[in-house]
Amino acid sequence: MNKIIRKEYFSENVVALEVEAPLIARSRKPGNFIILRVGELGERIPLTIASADKEKGTITLVIQKIGHSSCKLCELNEGDYITDLVGPLGKPTHIEKVGTVICAGGGVGVAPMLPIAEAYKKAGNRVITVLAARTKDLVILEDKMREFSDEVVVMTDDGSYGKKGLIINGVEEIINREKVDLVVTIGPAIMMKFVSLLTKKYNVPTVASLNTIMVDGTGMCGACRITVGGKTRFVCVDGPEFDAHEVNFDEMLMRLGAYKEEEQVEKNKPTH
Amino acid sequence: MTKEEILKAERDETWREELRKGKKAKERTDLQRVKMHEQDPEIRSHNNKEVNLGLTLEEAMTEAQRCLDCPNPGCITGCPVEINIPKFVKNIERGEILEAAKALKETSALPAVCGRVCPQEKQCESQCIYTKKLGKESVAIGYLERFAADYERESGKMSVPAVAPANGLKIAVIGSGPAGLSFAGDMAKMGYDVTVFEALHQIGGVLKYGIPEFRLPNHIVDVEIENLKSMGVKFFTNCIVGKTISYDDLKEEDFKGIFVGSGAGLPRFMDIPGENLIGVMSSNEYLTRVNLMDAANPASDTPVLIGKNVAIIGGGNTAMDSVRTARRLGAERAMIVYRRSEEEMPARIEEVKHAKEEGVEFMTLHNPIEYIGDEKGHVRQMRLQKMALGEPDASGRRSPVEIPGAIETIDVDEVIVSIGVSPNPLVPENIQGLNISRKGTIIVNEDSMSSSIPGVYAGGDIVRGGATVILAMGDGRKAAASMDEYLHQ
Ligand SMILES: Cc1cc2nc3c(=O)[nH]c(=O)nc-3n(C[C@H](O)[C@H](O)[C@H](O)COP(=O)(O)OP(=O)(O)OC[C@H]3O[C@@H](n4cnc5c(N)ncnc54)[C@H](O)[C@@H]3O)c2cc1C
Ligand SMILES: Cc1cc2nc3c(=O)[nH]c(=O)nc-3n(C[C@H](O)[C@H](O)[C@H](O)COP(=O)(O)OP(=O)(O)OC[C@H]3O[C@@H](n4cnc5c(N)ncnc54)[C@H](O)[C@@H]3O)c2cc1C
Ligand code: SF4
Ligand code: SF4
Ligand code: FES
Repeated sequence: MNKIIRKEYFSENVVALEVEAPLIARSRKPGNFIILRVGELGERIPLTIASADKEKGTITLVIQKIGHSSCKLCELNEGDYITDLVGPLGKPTHIEKVGTVICAGGGVGVAPMLPIAEAYKKAGNRVITVLAARTKDLVILEDKMREFSDEVVVMTDDGSYGKKGLIINGVEEIINREKVDLVVTIGPAIMMKFVSLLTKKYNVPTVASLNTIMVDGTGMCGACRITVGGKTRFVCVDGPEFDAHEVNFDEMLMRLGAYKEEEQVEKNKPTH
Repeated sequence: MTKEEILKAERDETWREELRKGKKAKERTDLQRVKMHEQDPEIRSHNNKEVNLGLTLEEAMTEAQRCLDCPNPGCITGCPVEINIPKFVKNIERGEILEAAKALKETSALPAVCGRVCPQEKQCESQCIYTKKLGKESVAIGYLERFAADYERESGKMSVPAVAPANGLKIAVIGSGPAGLSFAGDMAKMGYDVTVFEALHQIGGVLKYGIPEFRLPNHIVDVEIENLKSMGVKFFTNCIVGKTISYDDLKEEDFKGIFVGSGAGLPRFMDIPGENLIGVMSSNEYLTRVNLMDAANPASDTPVLIGKNVAIIGGGNTAMDSVRTARRLGAERAMIVYRRSEEEMPARIEEVKHAKEEGVEFMTLHNPIEYIGDEKGHVRQMRLQKMALGEPDASGRRSPVEIPGAIETIDVDEVIVSIGVSPNPLVPENIQGLNISRKGTIIVNEDSMSSSIPGVYAGGDIVRGGATVILAMGDGRKAAASMDEYLHQ
């Protein structure tokens, strides 16, 4: 049982929860995630550790409401307890000084991008963040990202905020403008696929952080498996970050739809 | 006294002698082996309740009469933890069931579990004089073991083992499967301060997330866990050693001894085309969703795919558990696809029998070579290569060879891959200096279960790479005895 000590709405559909988890706060590294469960009949869902405070013994999660379980979690309030929470999971991000790094995040990908941008910045890199969303209201964490970025570019599909266009338009503009040494991308699989195709064209090394379906998060079930460089890998233990140019995104897109029908049913279920 | 002398002394007790004299051997061997009461196959293949219903007191006492109380009991040598079988059986014969349960607990931490899941026909029962010499069906040792353990639990007079005065020494256990639980129980009895760290949110390892309710009800495992708690064992769930806390943390926290029972949890796949299609999954994923996450319960948030034509690849206990689960979740056609013949199947004979009664189809001498999906990526068909049996391989089983050109395509909408597991690498990777085999198992001294690091012991599937509940428990016991010796040097 882990107590929620702070809740903050970043927007209507994005909630930050600061949760007591002293052991995880101490051992986590950027890029690590946790798996939690809300209620005795709750599902295990993976969430990135956005930040941690060792002294206070807390970790912060940034959750975007997507379906039943993420909504159920976002309904919890300060003082409530999360039934189970385990971590830190996954391999930490490999951080080094490479020069200029673009952090390209969209949708659910912005929250997990935050600690990664922070770490690259602290390692002495020039960090350019490209945030993408459908429309102005869905842009999240812009201020937080600014703290760790030399520059933040916001792209909206409808042009209601920042520049009009897709994430790839933003990334391409930067690549054409200056030398980029690394692109890190997190977001919907389809977005990562197109970012990856783009950077392949320009020969810029690219890392994608994959958000597959998971159950245990410790390598036990294989639900999270994907193909990288022709080999089956488990995202929870071998990842979540992989060389984007080697990832079979089409297969990943397909696998994300595995429980679509079941999830529709779950979504219509009351959360309390 | 040596083990043999103790056995003899117990056998020479007056009550045992009188029981033996009370009935002629011929009368005993003429009795027929008891039949287990079972739920009707048609009914049980639609519910999740336990299939075996147990014996009545009368049936158990009659079955116990069949045992000849042999002077050199072969059965004991067939049991990996050397349960004093005639002693517990003879106690059942004379109606002292609680005494029988006590005899079981002298060497086995979880008799209610082993009575249900041990492959008895390969262990104790295979060495019984009835099987070895008389050409008859063995004494039903497993059924009797289950009976005594259940009787004790239901009597409400469960004996909590006596615990020695606390000695203040802290011991850590990694993993709460049968190896970890039996180790923890023995150490607690000797007065150690034991903490069990478990990665999942439930305690019990495979007993909880793997073996289904219809074969091993969770409440039976829970009673044993409660027992350990009342002996002072502490459980710390959601804690992965190597991730949440490190080996160095354990050292710093002054844990004097560490036992690794982290199991062989990693699923193997075959690396054939189409294996990542939707609907193809490991038995670990399938059973974890259903058993640990209760996914078949509409109130549970975790989904599970419900197939109509379900193929399970493999022939072990895990495959049988998966195929019978699929039947219970509503599969019209549930098939075992196994590349050898039924004779080579590693599953317990009872599970194969039960599966057949429940309408499971057996496609032996078939091996999948490809899965074919629809435009949305759902598996729809599988291609099977027919096999024939060739020469015996290293394991002594006849190895399957392909029949050239004999390929068949069948319709499936769900495939469960159940071809074995590999050791969980988390602990081996995170403890510096631990000797690991090429297969990824922890190398131990077989007599003491000690690893290459002083004070660190290991047992169960992380050492054996996939074995049985009773072997895992036996390892736990052995490790406890030698760790105690080591700490008292
Ligand atoms: C390593 C990892 C880290 C993650 N970190 C974060 C994080 O920091 N913050 C956050 O908000 N989310 C994060 N996610 C995603 C998060 O786990 C999912 O959003 C959550 O499991 C959805 O559960 P649900 O029941 O609310 O939605 P569901 O009912 O399960 O899904 C609703 C719909 O969304 C689709 N969907 C489900 N999961 C994903 C996904 N991962 N990516 C894209 N589409 C999906 C489904 O196909 C379905 O159509 C992470 C995922 C992984 C694997
Ligand atoms: C479906 C199925 C059916 C089976 N049927 C039978 C049967 O009928 N009869 C029989 O005798 N055997 C059967 N077996 C085999 C038997 O269950 C195993 O041999 C036995 O459970 C091994 O016990 P263990 O204690 O070594 O490991 P496990 O039972 O695997 O337990 C290991 C535990 O350690 C935890 N863990 C792993 N890593 C860490 C870590 N780093 N930190 C903390 N915790 C960790 C795991 O989460 C798990 O709970 C079956 C196995 C399966 C999967
Ligand atoms: S523990 Fe298993 S092998 Fe030993 S006597 Fe009991 S059923 Fe037989
Ligand atoms: S070998 Fe068979 S008959 Fe003899 S003591 Fe053992 S169980 Fe009884
Ligand atoms: S989530 Fe189960 S293996 Fe990755």
